[in-house]
Amino acid sequence: MLTRRTFLGRTAAGALGMTALDQLLAKGMVTPLHHKPTAKRVIFLYQAGGPSHLETLDYKPRLAEMHGKPMPESFTKGQQIAQLQGKPLICYGPQLGFKKFGKSGQELCELFPQMGSVSDDLCIIRSMWGEQINHDPAHTLMNTGSILAGRPSMGSWVLYGLGAETEDLPGYVVLMSAGRGGQMQPIAARQWSAGILPSKLQGVKLNSIGDPVLYIQNPDGLGAELQKDTIGAVGKLNQAAYKSLQDPEILTRISQYEMAFRMQTSVPGLMDMSTEPKSVLEDYGATPGDGSFASNCLLARRLAERGVRFIQLYHRDWDHHGGVKANVALKAEEVDRPTAALIRDLKQRGMLEDTLVVWGGEFGRTPMSQGGDGRDHHIKGFSYILAGGGIRGGITHGATDELGYAAVEKPVSVHDFHATMLHVLGIDHLRMTVKFQGLDARLTGVSGEVVKEILA
Amino acid sequence: MLLFLLCSSLALLAQEPVRFNRDIRPIMSDTCFRCHGPDRSSRMANLRLDIREEAIKPNRRGLAPIVPGDPAKSHIIQRIFSDGGNVMPPVSAHKTLTAAQKDTIRRWVAEGAVYEGHWAYEPVRRPAGNASIDSLIRARLAKSGLQPATEADRRTLIRRLSLDLTGIPPAPEEVDRFVNDTAANAYERLVDRLIGSQRYAEKQAMHWLDAVRYADTAGFHGDNPIPAWPYRDYVLQSIHENQPFDQFTREQLAGDLLPNATPKQKTASAYNRILRVSAEGGVQPKEYLAKYGADRVRTTATVWLGSTLGCAECHDHKFDPFTAKDFYAMKAFFADIKETGLVPDRGPKAWGSQLDLATPEQAAKRAGLKKAVDEASAALAKHRGTVEELQKRNAAGELRWEYQRPVAASAIKAKLTIHNDAKIPGTELTGNGLVVASGPNPENETYTITIAPGAGRWAQLGVMAVQDESLPGLGVARGADRLMISEVEAEVQPGGKKLRFATAASGVGFYNLDQNPMNAIDGNPATGWGGSPYHDGMLPFLALRLQEPLATKADTRIVIRLRQDTPYRKATAGRVRIALSPGLAAPIMDPQSKKHAMVDQGLPAAVTAALKKTAIERSEDEAALIARVLDWTGEPNQKQVAALQAAQAKLDAFTFSIPRVLVTEATKPEPTRILARGNFMDETSPVVEPAIPGFLGRLPVEGRASRLDLANWLISKDNPLTARAYVNRQWRIFFGTGLSKVLEDLGSQGEWPVHADVMDYLAAEFMDSGWNRKHLAKLIVMSETYRQASSGTSEQDPENKLLSRQNRMRVDAEIVRDVALSVSGLLTEHFGGPSVRPYQPEGYLAALNFPKRDYSATRGPDQYRRGLYTFWQRTFLHPSLVAFDAASREECTMNRTASNTPLQALVLLNDPSFVEASRVFAQHTLQQSPAKTGEARAGWAFRRALGRAPNAEELGVLAELYQKALRKFDSDPAGAAAMLRVGDAPGLSGANAAELAATMTVTRAVLNLHETITRN
Repeated sequence: MLTRRTFLGRTAAGALGMTALDQLLAKGMVTPLHHKPTAKRVIFLYQAGGPSHLETLDYKPRLAEMHGKPMPESFTKGQQIAQLQGKPLICYGPQLGFKKFGKSGQELCELFPQMGSVSDDLCIIRSMWGEQINHDPAHTLMNTGSILAGRPSMGSWVLYGLGAETEDLPGYVVLMSAGRGGQMQPIAARQWSAGILPSKLQGVKLNSIGDPVLYIQNPDGLGAELQKDTIGAVGKLNQAAYKSLQDPEILTRISQYEMAFRMQTSVPGLMDMSTEPKSVLEDYGATPGDGSFASNCLLARRLAERGVRFIQLYHRDWDHHGGVKANVALKAEEVDRPTAALIRDLKQRGMLEDTLVVWGGEFGRTPMSQGGDGRDHHIKGFSYILAGGGIRGGITHGATDELGYAAVEKPVSVHDFHATMLHVLGIDHLRMTVKFQGLDARLTGVSGEVVKEILA
Repeated sequence: MLLFLLCSSLALLAQEPVRFNRDIRPIMSDTCFRCHGPDRSSRMANLRLDIREEAIKPNRRGLAPIVPGDPAKSHIIQRIFSDGGNVMPPVSAHKTLTAAQKDTIRRWVAEGAVYEGHWAYEPVRRPAGNASIDSLIRARLAKSGLQPATEADRRTLIRRLSLDLTGIPPAPEEVDRFVNDTAANAYERLVDRLIGSQRYAEKQAMHWLDAVRYADTAGFHGDNPIPAWPYRDYVLQSIHENQPFDQFTREQLAGDLLPNATPKQKTASAYNRILRVSAEGGVQPKEYLAKYGADRVRTTATVWLGSTLGCAECHDHKFDPFTAKDFYAMKAFFADIKETGLVPDRGPKAWGSQLDLATPEQAAKRAGLKKAVDEASAALAKHRGTVEELQKRNAAGELRWEYQRPVAASAIKAKLTIHNDAKIPGTELTGNGLVVASGPNPENETYTITIAPGAGRWAQLGVMAVQDESLPGLGVARGADRLMISEVEAEVQPGGKKLRFATAASGVGFYNLDQNPMNAIDGNPATGWGGSPYHDGMLPFLALRLQEPLATKADTRIVIRLRQDTPYRKATAGRVRIALSPGLAAPIMDPQSKKHAMVDQGLPAAVTAALKKTAIERSEDEAALIARVLDWTGEPNQKQVAALQAAQAKLDAFTFSIPRVLVTEATKPEPTRILARGNFMDETSPVVEPAIPGFLGRLPVEGRASRLDLANWLISKDNPLTARAYVNRQWRIFFGTGLSKVLEDLGSQGEWPVHADVMDYLAAEFMDSGWNRKHLAKLIVMSETYRQASSGTSEQDPENKLLSRQNRMRVDAEIVRDVALSVSGLLTEHFGGPSVRPYQPEGYLAALNFPKRDYSATRGPDQYRRGLYTFWQRTFLHPSLVAFDAASREECTMNRTASNTPLQALVLLNDPSFVEASRVFAQHTLQQSPAKTGEARAGWAFRRALGRAPNAEELGVLAELYQKALRKFDSDPAGAAAMLRVGDAPGLSGANAAELAATMTVTRAVLNLHETITRN
């Protein structure tokens, strides 16, 4: 048996080569799976910027009563704080109304009626907490389980463990859309990097402007036929080199060129939404080609159908230091309908049962006001939604304290969330490790427990 | 496990006794030390197995974990062979020992359980006698019954040497010369020539820059450009001049502390400052200072000690004898670096301590230019008018800007739409003369706008660039992060008289030095006026003062041309207004409002507000603003205004040409506390003084030890790690893998080097030669081991750890580019200088913000520089480099992976840089291939790229591709023309387009071959 260690790090060609690794990666390193999975793939609707849990998923009437009063020091003393450093900490009541939805009676902000309409399929976690209070490190923790740059993102880990179910598309795809109203925080490419894992496991960003995949377009004037002939000729020459050198790395090169050509052929079909019925476009609220969150949700379903393992949609602009009321309303317009449509669409196609859908960002926002009408970054308590893929629908898990400050009931750490995600995919987070700097690196660092209560 | 099997099987074959470092430590480190190793906090059963005295000590029940010589009585043997619930390691650890591993441990105990100190921490021992790389490796091979491979053929050798030493493949003439050179020292002369070249420094620098995480941007948040490239040039020079590695070390860690530090030594100290820093508003200073300190410890420990000291930030190291205290004591060395947690990324305090790299001559020249500005300024102030007079003229309407309502507007490619009474798209405001560009967006462009001012008398022409969110980047230009107007020209109709401008000024408070307003009337297309406003709320406004007032009649037209001919691509204005002033209105415009249409304006609101106050009430800024307006608007001052603007333009242009670089500036050290579990908010743990890791000794220093003391220890003979770590990394450059494979960790979780004696031999040579880097490299490449053929495999040693042959490697990301550029004849070789921007897909930086960014690929010869010089944007590294596994350099990186992916295929096939290379390659092929058939051309190109002639089969494949392409392009001239348009490089005039496009198809295939990007 070969250990992973043998493969990682720079493998000199001609030694064991990457071909053997490629074969293993195509299947995934976790074979057989550690246990029976309940999900085959993940669609992560990443709400970047830090959505206010207090205006979306975590209603706090007591905070409304305290509105305008100083935040009790017992909550905030000795805690981390971002832009409110050195400023008075004043309670800021929930700015939007909440309503109970569905049979389960789950409580969501009333501006999210569509998501409310599928609330019986949603598991709302109200007790998430994190460690990093600024965007960039918080994204890095949420995506890689570590605050150091260079660790693999969760999508890369999943692909490493399970391999892909497509040979025509990358197994890990990233989409991005921009919203209105907030501060558009930057998002580094590190967030979908494969880090210390082989770079073929990195997320491939599908763009709404320009070529959907970088360099997918043939040079002007060449034409598909001559591209095919060229790749054919390159393949023959590489094959001839293989005959004399017997270097398996050359075979890998040949197959990568074939895969590249298949991607060139299949990506246009993937992006072409003209085959989608008008009713579907309407349900999502998607206008093909506009690069909106709605279009990306629809694209996510199409990617899922084609066997992509991990699909991550970033929707930016949840950073509401000011105008949280008006800005969450804008976000609701952008995400409520498409999120619900995606869940309905997956369900109707029988795919929700083996697709884990995740909705959430890098942190939440303070119960204290910033600048009179906004909220600062907050890591002690925030909310997430999980759905499908073996997660119990219609339940709310955990709770923050009465002011929505800290997760006090059944707190769920980022590592717990990662452990749970891997669990539904059939992976024991303790056992999927890779040697790095002398340690058995894993997505969950040195902690993390599966949140068993939310499993169906 | 494979590694273990290999080592142990090789060992067993040779009937050698078990050795702790080679055989036992790797097993125990992986499976036992986590709970029974150095970390006190996670130790179980109060048992440690990493120290012999502890491991043989009986416990309370009299059981000894290890009884030397007696496996049966040794408790650990019972436990690891147990098949019950008490098996070690426990099931919960997810670690299992193989039968062979268990057996090795038992044999080791039986043989007396002899411990060895960890090999990497033992003093470097030069092997006895006349040892050399080859003698040591061959002895080891012989023990295992392996034969070294024969020497590679000369074509392979010169290509291998050239790629390893310089990153540039040899030209066919070089190959022939070497193949035919019968002199005994032909190989050595080749080595000397390559090592002496600047290319050698470029190749070696590339690896060093990964290690010290050199990049051109800050890495966090807005990821804005940092002044760092002069440090890269320092590294290049140092390697080229073969500066001894000990001095290289001292200068980087503590160049600022050296007596009479030179600018070069201070530049080297940028090493401490080129780490990732954040300018995000909500940064908690203590948290980020902790991050910066930890980065320096991780990087320094990895680069010089080959150790993962970073693990000890939160706890004692689990496998090596580093303690958390060692981590913080190391961090304390860097506590004197002047810095802030939030590092401003713009404004006068941007990036903290910097060094101005003016030479003495430049400094003198600059002082002269500055003096001229001061004098012009003083001369101007002499005639300063009064506030009363100003107000009087303002009331009379002389100081007004009147927006003009154009009657025509056109561009070369773009579509210009005039919004006079029409609403501005997306608003309820009338345009009032707004000109909006849409449609095609060429790289250079000229707008021609005609205004009809009516009867009047005018003293100034104004151009306002209107910011809008719909525009990319900073919202002023159509496709770049800056606006550039290289020249403003105007003529009067009828008659065609050209307007002549006396001077130019800009209302932008803070403009970049290369965007001086005078650039718009200097007649030089390469320079321009513009702005890159970033949250400063100012409107870029250019005021051009006429040499003599212009009288217009009712039917007079003024035709204004706004040219964008600078090298910045697509830096063309997105929205403009033209204004005229009857008098000497100030070049300052009130900010644009979303609610109110722009209306003709007198004194700016800020001036009016300041004037309402008494002189005593005014702030310094307000007083300065009023003074500036008085000077600019005063009738008698016009000659002095022009003189000042001209002097300032000269100063700006010259200052812009002088580089700056981040440097280390020492200040009073902050106390360094141990942070329990790395928590920056915990202030309960003790303060530590700077110290080297305790188990490696103590610095013989009185008082507080400095960074210089640390550097001196790192390169002292007392420290065995620096030379080993460096030698190991050099080995990777020449063999594809280190003598110990885990380059960043020579510790107990690293890999015991099969050829430990070679490592020690090289480490001793390196130190004894006076840390001579080129000597070390030459020693390695001169060896017969290096010169072996790379073909063949060995079942006994599949990973080729024993080196019975060379390895094959794909070249690194930058070299993939260098190969294509050099083979095609496009490469611009220039040693050092500011980083450059290769073509990059549009929208690639869309996820960046603060500010929003667009990209303007470098023009001219600098487009074709080596990959090393690529602008290293940490959060969005150039996608072609990412595809080929270049490091983002957010963290210190020792070991790039070498993957093989479809995205690499797409880069080589379709990235315009590579497509353009194939075009220029084809042009050269057409010009230089002696025979003009497709087959001959294919053969010429093949040989140019690979240094060997194609065989018949290979030639056949390429000839067939040529014919197919020729048929296609013969019948598709538009396609051929489109193919040949790629990139900026000049085409080949007079060539048959179909033949050239067909040849390009062949050269493109050649650039895509596995062999092209591989060194054998």
